[in-house]
Amino acid sequence: MPAILTYAEQRDGKLRRPSLEAVSEARRLADAEGASVESVVIGSGVEGLAAALGAYGADTVHVVDHPELAAYASESYARALAGIVAGRKPSVVLVPYTAAGKDLAPRAAARLGAGLASDCVSLAWKGGRLEARRPMFAGKAYATVRWEGEPQIASLRPNVFPLGTPDALRKPAVEKHVPDPSARARVTAVHAADSGKVELTEAQIIVSGGRGLRGPENFHLVQGLAEALGAAVGASRAVVDAGWVDHQLQVGQTGKTVSPTLYVACGISGAIQHLAGMSSSKVIVAINKDPEAPIFKVADYGIVGDVFELLPKLTEAARAYLSTKG
Amino acid sequence: MKLAVCVKQVPDTETRIRVSPDGAGIVETDVNWIVSPYDEFAIEEALRIKEARGGEVVLVSLGPDRVLSALRSGLAMGADSAIHLKDPLFDRADPLATAQALAAAIKPLDAELVLAGQQGVGGDNSQVPGLLAEILDLPQVTMAVKIDVQDGRAVVTRETEGAHEEWDVTLPAVVSAQKGLNEPRYASLKGIMAAKKKPVETRDAAALGLAAEDLIPRTRVVALELPAARAAVKMIEGDPDTQVAELLRLLREEAKVI
Repeated sequence: MPAILTYAEQRDGKLRRPSLEAVSEARRLADAEGASVESVVIGSGVEGLAAALGAYGADTVHVVDHPELAAYASESYARALAGIVAGRKPSVVLVPYTAAGKDLAPRAAARLGAGLASDCVSLAWKGGRLEARRPMFAGKAYATVRWEGEPQIASLRPNVFPLGTPDALRKPAVEKHVPDPSARARVTAVHAADSGKVELTEAQIIVSGGRGLRGPENFHLVQGLAEALGAAVGASRAVVDAGWVDHQLQVGQTGKTVSPTLYVACGISGAIQHLAGMSSSKVIVAINKDPEAPIFKVADYGIVGDVFELLPKLTEAARAYLSTKG
Repeated sequence: MKLAVCVKQVPDTETRIRVSPDGAGIVETDVNWIVSPYDEFAIEEALRIKEARGGEVVLVSLGPDRVLSALRSGLAMGADSAIHLKDPLFDRADPLATAQALAAAIKPLDAELVLAGQQGVGGDNSQVPGLLAEILDLPQVTMAVKIDVQDGRAVVTRETEGAHEEWDVTLPAVVSAQKGLNEPRYASLKGIMAAKKKPVETRDAAALGLAAEDLIPRTRVVALELPAARAAVKMIEGDPDTQVAELLRLLREEAKVI
């Protein structure tokens, strides 16, 4: 029976949501072909995470546990993952396309001499082989990709593959592995950004601001609406390059590619390289004073108007609505 | 110290993508080719390290003859020499085959630091730095926003979701550049003139010791298509209070996203 294997990323002993998305997708693919699902979790004191992976669909969880693996390290993690893949010979390996997954998957793929399709947004079986769909040119085009040989390794864009329904009664088999934790590059410190902030690539709602805000002193209008909606804050390249906000907030071709449920573009005209980064959002709202702005070509709902007048009103109304909703 | 920088030539980010007649690539006529912006950060960082510590910067790029202009751009910024990897066998190269060729060219350089952009804009695979590090058996740090080179090691700040990690890495190593690492310089007229005389060496697969079976692509694009057009925008009219109320109603009742 062919297996589908997933890499389950954890941070600080907690499984990250994209890891559960990967195991949910693996389960769907496995059920269609009568395959089994195996997950690999690497870290220190992480055996307890096997239960949640089982609940989302893993039949077997491989646990690689070592005190020196507490922090992510490219070499030791890739060695552990590739070692298990080489032993288990799954037909498919799924890795979240997160900061750690982006670092890990190529290194593991090179160890295995296997093909990797990055940032996939859908996967399907075609005659027993996997076929992936992935954006290129930051979403200006979509490629259909196939693999030669096995394993067929795919990294999955966060926030795209739906979570399955967990079943706490599903208990996975647990296999422990003894790792070689050596690595020539190691994390020595982590400086977290403001806690409580929602990460752009994982956010369900994003409120973004552009040059229409006229200056950094007005960006709080965007932040206010984001706060009211429980959203992450994004920005166009123009305002990042002007130094109003940190480049980590940039959405677009040299920033982040996002696909939230709701994207609210405030004072963003919609340069092609910005549209590339956000046009796969499920619902797009554009607020801009220029009715000819290209952003309206990708928006679902548009308001031609003054962000300085509209944003405070929208913030207040959203806050009032969400408080009654509870 | 010797620094190697991988350079990819890509369509300008403003390019409108058109699908080629074979349905699996893009129409290259009228495309304005540029150095991938992340590779510009890598070139700039290499030049700054060279200026601080002395040494030599070698650029490496794989592709048809047009990539020479990308190499000249990097030489004009201040790199010392370039290697152009060109062979019909590279035409179908996937990221792994590309990394094999780059690794074969970089290995004999004995570079202390190999730099590359964290992703090539366009292909957006974000794979070559990690593949290269593994093939060369070097440690890696990806998504670097700060690199502090010291003797035999470097302290690298890496960007992750909502955090910055500090990494300690022994040299030689592969480090990939993220936006925020630096502000790339513009080439000066003098730099552009000087670039014309800097050495650019061309190597084919055989010169790299690679045969066709070393370069078999493990992934291939079988179809490329433009994204489906989105439904027409619904413009919300009225005074600002009406617009706001109507927008929230639509998001709630029609789109069901809040």
